[in-house]
Amino acid sequence: MEAFFFWIFSIGMIVCGLAVILNRNAVASALCFAFTIVFMSALFVMLSAFFLAAVQILVTAGAVMVLFLFIIMLLDLTAMEHAPRQKLWMGCALVVALGFVFTVARTLYTLPGGTASLTNTVTPSSVPSFGAATPVTPDDTHQIGKLLFSTYVAPFEITSLLILVATIGVIVLCKEEPRSAPGKEASREPKKETALTR
Amino acid sequence: MEITLNHYLAVAATLFAIGMMGVIMRRNLLIIYMSLEMMLQAANLTLVAFSRFNPRGHLDGQVFVFFVITVAAAEVAVGLALIVALYRVRQTTQVQDLNTLKF
Repeated sequence: MEAFFFWIFSIGMIVCGLAVILNRNAVASALCFAFTIVFMSALFVMLSAFFLAAVQILVTAGAVMVLFLFIIMLLDLTAMEHAPRQKLWMGCALVVALGFVFTVARTLYTLPGGTASLTNTVTPSSVPSFGAATPVTPDDTHQIGKLLFSTYVAPFEITSLLILVATIGVIVLCKEEPRSAPGKEASREPKKETALTR
Repeated sequence: MEITLNHYLAVAATLFAIGMMGVIMRRNLLIIYMSLEMMLQAANLTLVAFSRFNPRGHLDGQVFVFFVITVAAAEVAVGLALIVALYRVRQTTQVQDLNTLKF
């Protein structure tokens, strides 16, 4: 049963990922990317990372995708949909990607503990690397919260500073020229509307 | 057939390779940016899988993924603002039109 769901989710994720890069229409690409993220969240649930699955759907498939769709529709990218495909670059990309997958596959073949599955919980204690998995912890949100505010409290605070810097940076980048009306202020959406009016 | 750690790593590597293909072969700046995001998410899947299969049951990998998601969201906001600012100046989002620094 687990294998069935794994294959459903991973094949769906890879098909949606291919649709992202092969679609001519940028809006369709963005929607396929959202579905890729949803399938990845399903894989997170299978890995019993429930909190991260929820965060992934909320942040990436929700907020980030809304930003992408907003910009795509704002910039009106329909003009390039009928440009010819670059066969040479597609070939190059395919060669590089296949080389990467081949290298990773060869590495995985020799990875110690790589064949550990979630069902065999009995592992020899002499194996220090990735062995069989520990039992599922249903309160992963609780544990991640405790980790965030004890061990990782300094990175957590620095991340909040980073988000503040990013917000200010976005406002500065999207600011109108000085000749325009000075009434624009700190919200992100009105700034991006200014590109429409040009 | 049992699902092992290698399965998850292989799927993540495939998704990463797809994102890399997108970065190399697409000309639209927004699609390239989306492919970059996809590569980040593939790395996230790897981290969560390693964290789950860790025999000591640590959740540090998941905390790291949490930070990556947060930073990626901030990065998307800044990157899209850059693309909008670029579009205002050059009226394009195609990378072949951005050849000011080309030798």
